[in-house]
Amino acid sequence: MTIEFRGVTKRYGGGAAAVDELSLTVPDGSMTVFVGPSGCGKTTSLRMVNRMVEPTDGDVLLDGRNVRDIDPAELRRGIGYVIQHAGLFPHRTVLGNIATVPMLSGWSRRSARRRAGELLDTVGLPAELGSRYPAQLSGGQQQRVGVARALAADPPVLLMDEPFSAVDPVVREGLQDELLDLQRRLGKTIVFVTHDIDEAVRLGDRVAVLRVGGRLAQYGTPADVLRHPVDDFVAEFVGKDRGYRGLSFLSAGALEVGEVVTVEIGSVPGESGEWRLAIDDERRPRGWLAPGSTVDGSLAEADLVAGGSLYRRGTSLRGALDAALSSPASLGVVVDDDGAAVGVVTARHVLDVIERHPASATATSRTARA
Amino acid sequence: MSLIDELGTYLGSANTRAQLWAALAEHGYLALLPILFGVVLAVGAGWLGQTWPQVRGTLAVVANLVYTIPSLALFVVIPGVIGTTILDSINVVVALSLYTAALLVRPMLDAIAAVPQAVTASATAMGYRPARRYFGVELPLAVPVLAAGVRVAAVSNISLVSVGALIGVGGLGRLFTDGFQREYYAPIVVGVVLTLLLALVVDLLLVLLRRVLTPWQRPAPTRRADEEVAA
Repeated sequence: MTIEFRGVTKRYGGGAAAVDELSLTVPDGSMTVFVGPSGCGKTTSLRMVNRMVEPTDGDVLLDGRNVRDIDPAELRRGIGYVIQHAGLFPHRTVLGNIATVPMLSGWSRRSARRRAGELLDTVGLPAELGSRYPAQLSGGQQQRVGVARALAADPPVLLMDEPFSAVDPVVREGLQDELLDLQRRLGKTIVFVTHDIDEAVRLGDRVAVLRVGGRLAQYGTPADVLRHPVDDFVAEFVGKDRGYRGLSFLSAGALEVGEVVTVEIGSVPGESGEWRLAIDDERRPRGWLAPGSTVDGSLAEADLVAGGSLYRRGTSLRGALDAALSSPASLGVVVDDDGAAVGVVTARHVLDVIERHPASATATSRTARA
Repeated sequence: MSLIDELGTYLGSANTRAQLWAALAEHGYLALLPILFGVVLAVGAGWLGQTWPQVRGTLAVVANLVYTIPSLALFVVIPGVIGTTILDSINVVVALSLYTAALLVRPMLDAIAAVPQAVTASATAMGYRPARRYFGVELPLAVPVLAAGVRVAAVSNISLVSVGALIGVGGLGRLFTDGFQREYYAPIVVGVVLTLLLALVVDLLLVLLRRVLTPWQRPAPTRRADEEVAA
């Protein structure tokens, strides 16, 4: 379902606009992230889609149909909604929470609960959590239940208002991955609100950067917004290291993987004047053996210098550069999909590929100008 | 004659025991029926307060004023207002319903207002219409606060019913008027003990009722899963 904002303005009490002449289209089956500092009207814009907020001027259309012409309660039952802290009903069990919209839409109790059980599985929660109450779940689990609840009636549109900002970074990353995976499988039209540009470029097919006062500053693909910010506000908002972040969108197709000397844990390594990569019996990297270090007998984990980040072959150049920069040997370890070491890259290698990349040339010139 | 002997004689009579049971039943009915009406009134007030937040202040003030009216005065005035006879037990029921409502309105309004904004917003976003949201989300979440108020109101009503004896309707209260008139202490002692027992039993039942109505407030059946369940 396509969402279209057409000249949408929201003013509270005749004062300054919270949202000012917003016009953009969220194509069917794609995810658009509204991002901006607080006070930029991103949540207000989101809430005008399901009529939690009524625009002062302009229209929001779903597949060309003005939302004003749809009964609010009916409209909302067809739009999934996830908020920060999940907003779960404390007095209902997990299954009861997930079954909310089906029950409101008049499904039988039995089929609503069966559907809720399926969704628990969809969002990766074990079935036994179904009879728990929200207060008995961790923050990340609550957020998953929130997503399951939003998906319960299989709505074509999903609105997500900073859903992951209250969970810790590690859990957040997991939830983001799952959302991307879910999106690939379900193909919903999603509007996602966040103040975190990293989250925006990670999740969005398109990113809408809003400035204070509710004006749309830029609307484009994440790569576009990072590489070609339209003005100083966007440039500043996407951050100083946007050039580095932009590497996320450069594929490492041309990157050559170099050879490295390896030693297996448990073997007798002998002596060497160069860095050697320690691997286990499945060739998974365990750390580095420093040049000139001596080992009594066979090699143990305790003899090793901890390694840097690992670069999975075929992913973006950002990971490759990071692997090289974080390695004590200045050699980024490249692994295959099973986690086995296949070789190394140097930062120089990666930079060569970046400079040869056609898209990066413009990025460099833009950066120079700013 | 000692008090123990007096009590023995008093309770020895089958006739007296039958009267006591009747008085106890009447007392329970006069105290608890108003709880039901009072809760209904408070739920209605909560609905008004949720729909029009600006009337909350007025509702709270009115409730406070009602509660300050002396009970005896109210018992005497009500027949004139609603056209019942002075000896009608409805007078007591009406008066105590008003007290119960007065006691419950303020906590009710506060409890409804205290429902987290994230919860009400997500209920609305999910397609709840206002009335269904009130009964399906806000009211259940107000139950713990409401239950605390009901316990106070129940005990208060059980004690106030006795005052009704002064206008001839008072359940166990009549044991007091009777005992004072005859300077006979056995019915007074029995009346006090039965009032206390009634209050205790009712309070216990209300605690149980609250537990049944708020399963989400009980401790977790299993240990809280702090670790994230891996996908």
